[in-house]
Amino acid sequence: MVGFLILLIAFVLTFPLYGGAYPTRVLIVMLMYTVLAVSWAMFSGTTGYMSLAPAAFFGTGIYSTALLQHYLPFPVIIVIAGLISFVLAFLLGLVTLRLKGIYFTIFSFGLVVFIGNTINYVEAEIFGRHGWIFEALDRTTLLYTMLGLAVVTVLAAYFISRSRLGLAMRSIGGNEEAAEHMGVNTTRIKVLTFAISAIFMGAAGVVVAPSLSYSNSGIAFSVTYSFIPIVAAVFGGMGQLYGPVIGALVFGFLEKTLKATLLTYFMLGFGIIMVVVILFLPNGLIGLVPILRDKLGGVIQKLRKGGQAEQHADT
Amino acid sequence: MPILEGQGVTKYFGGLAAVSNVDFHVDRGEILGLIGPNGAGKTTLFNLISAALPASSGEIRFKGQKLNGLKPHQICRMGIARTFQETKVFPNMPVLQNVLVGAFFGSPKRVSGADAAGEASQALEFVGLSAVSTAPVKDLTLVSQKRVEVARALATKPELLLLDELMAGLNPAEVSEAMELVTRIRDKGITIIMVEHVMKAIMGISARVMVLHHGEKLADGTCNEIACNRKVIEVYLGEETHAGS
Amino acid sequence: MAEAERLLGLAVIGILAGGVYGLLAVGLSLQIGICRVLNITHGEFAMLGGVLTFTLVELGINPLVAPVIIGPILFGIGFLLQATLFKGIKVRAPSPAAFEGNALLAAFGVMYIISYIARMEFGTRALPTHYLTEGLQFLGVSIQLNLIVGFAVAAVLGIAVYLFLTRSRLGRAIRATAEDQPTAELMGVNTNTVLALCFGLGALLAGIAGTLISLRSDVNTGIGFNNTIIALIVVTLGGLGSVPGSFVAGIIIGIVSMMVAGLWESVLIVPVYYAMLMVLLLARPTGIFGKK
Repeated sequence: MVGFLILLIAFVLTFPLYGGAYPTRVLIVMLMYTVLAVSWAMFSGTTGYMSLAPAAFFGTGIYSTALLQHYLPFPVIIVIAGLISFVLAFLLGLVTLRLKGIYFTIFSFGLVVFIGNTINYVEAEIFGRHGWIFEALDRTTLLYTMLGLAVVTVLAAYFISRSRLGLAMRSIGGNEEAAEHMGVNTTRIKVLTFAISAIFMGAAGVVVAPSLSYSNSGIAFSVTYSFIPIVAAVFGGMGQLYGPVIGALVFGFLEKTLKATLLTYFMLGFGIIMVVVILFLPNGLIGLVPILRDKLGGVIQKLRKGGQAEQHADT
Repeated sequence: MPILEGQGVTKYFGGLAAVSNVDFHVDRGEILGLIGPNGAGKTTLFNLISAALPASSGEIRFKGQKLNGLKPHQICRMGIARTFQETKVFPNMPVLQNVLVGAFFGSPKRVSGADAAGEASQALEFVGLSAVSTAPVKDLTLVSQKRVEVARALATKPELLLLDELMAGLNPAEVSEAMELVTRIRDKGITIIMVEHVMKAIMGISARVMVLHHGEKLADGTCNEIACNRKVIEVYLGEETHAGS
Repeated sequence: MAEAERLLGLAVIGILAGGVYGLLAVGLSLQIGICRVLNITHGEFAMLGGVLTFTLVELGINPLVAPVIIGPILFGIGFLLQATLFKGIKVRAPSPAAFEGNALLAAFGVMYIISYIARMEFGTRALPTHYLTEGLQFLGVSIQLNLIVGFAVAAVLGIAVYLFLTRSRLGRAIRATAEDQPTAELMGVNTNTVLALCFGLGALLAGIAGTLISLRSDVNTGIGFNNTIIALIVVTLGGLGSVPGSFVAGIIIGIVSMMVAGLWESVLIVPVYYAMLMVLLLARPTGIFGKK
């Protein structure tokens, strides 16, 4: 698996040598979804609290770039958006993670609409406008930055999962009441992890913004940016770290290439895939691996036996 | 001074008192049996001690310190651990990791990775599950899962252990093994409160027994006193009890 | 003082509109509270109700009669969804928490399926469905007849649902299933059918709410999402599982929305709800009438 990731990184690093403008944008989007899916799985995959908020933090990132792109250097914008996302998530978590999971989900869903609508109002009042144009940045820089962000996100997820924080999160997902009774301060862990995961989502929004030509509050805070990373993570399989990565690459590719031309069929297809995956592949593609291995192993065995039978028949 | 004492402990659910004005105490190093018909309030009392639920009124003190208003993870770190009636293991995690949770988070001070691993292994060995430490807990039998719960609770280094129907669903041989395990825990200096329906276990190893009925304390004393107590006998007539050999 | 009068008039409109919100929320409350499905698709049922009303009106059918046709259709859709999809997920789920998570994601998928199929059929344009638009002049605003009719229908249905749930045998079976499904099953309740019935009922109520909404404003295939948000907010405010709670909350939300639209900007309506809800959650997590 590490080998696969290294190959991937190498591929992306060398891509600008032969990739044109459009393919580069596709790759950027694929990596962006990787960040979103992995950071979503970081919290929701382990604790079992279903967050629908990624679009809220992602949109915050896009708007950070929209507002600050002419005044501050790029890296600073990333830090600012990460910080704002952290604080937003922290506050939301503080209020809703003390309650039953369903309230957290409802409020995480509402957060997207809340911020989107508030910004819609504020930008009209203060700036008198509803849309933002992005100053184009060199696409190789963008690609490498997004790659860097993706690598950082995956590494963070990896190290967290191996740390005692990860153990605490998994215990919450396993049985929250028992975890609490074993000394885990569940509220603090949940809020902290949720807030940390939001940082990456905000950063992803900052980095992808310059490659969009235009955005407004409806686009930036579209709930689809919550939906697709979740589908990707679930489809890829949340048992392993690389499940969301694979799912995100696949769906990121599909979204960027198909959505513009085939919007209706695309979203329809997405819905269908989601339903099918939930029903038949609840462990995602990764869950298929042991099943395939068994079936494939069975087939190979039969072939071998058939071969042996033929051999015996010949003698 | 008793290690745990409660005064006037009461818990209402709506208009119904699940626990009503119960006074109790547990002395350090003893095993207190907690018995009573189903619905008597035994698990509710555990939930009040471990702060899974807030008491409606009354006071519970552990080593002299009031427990009211604390949260479960704080109670754990003070030195009270418990198991649950419906086994609450972390099903998808390996046995060792289940116990590690207790080892890492159960003490008030930060525990190093090495120390936690050591604690966890010791706890697993103590309950006899070292052989299956890498198996996912959901693959184990109920008996073994209950032992994982015990190991996990022990890893938090408790001074007081609440065992909620540890022996439910066990056959007589398994009950004897469990009794032996509980005795060994007591021998380590850990005070124990045991909720049980298996009378052989209660009468076999408890120093004292407390009887709850409809949320009220019916009686409390040594095994002999309880066994001869008319009120207790009345309450249990017609109840299915496992009067072991 | 004309301004104050106008605000009062807006409040009345809000109350009337709120009745329909309450109806919308009751359906969702049933689905979340009893079937334990956080049905993100709920608003789409309302959208379908509105869009189908338009179709029927085009065919010459009186929109007030439309619910007779729309109701069963949406009931059927909801019934099937629960009986096949959500039951299938429940059977395969390793734990209740896993089921709720998966059901939510599946509902998300269904939301996209329904809204985009509708989009393929009807496009994205506004479908004009105004009816009974004669208005009564009252307190400085014009209160359209469709608002009053909408409120009346919603109220009648709400009372009917409440009586059904609390007085009828089937209602008792439903409440038993919600409390403790395995025990209800043991007592002879066919819980699978009960759940499917509830979900279907929820969808039916949403569809009729959609019809009522279409009486006073243009519908289009995109209104589902907003209605889901409203339903979620009203359900949370009023308390899961409480029919009167949903209506009271619906009316409050209706008033608030008219006040915000009247004094500020309509785009701020949802942020105001959300802020209200956050504050409420801090004080009383289970909602106004909620239990547990």
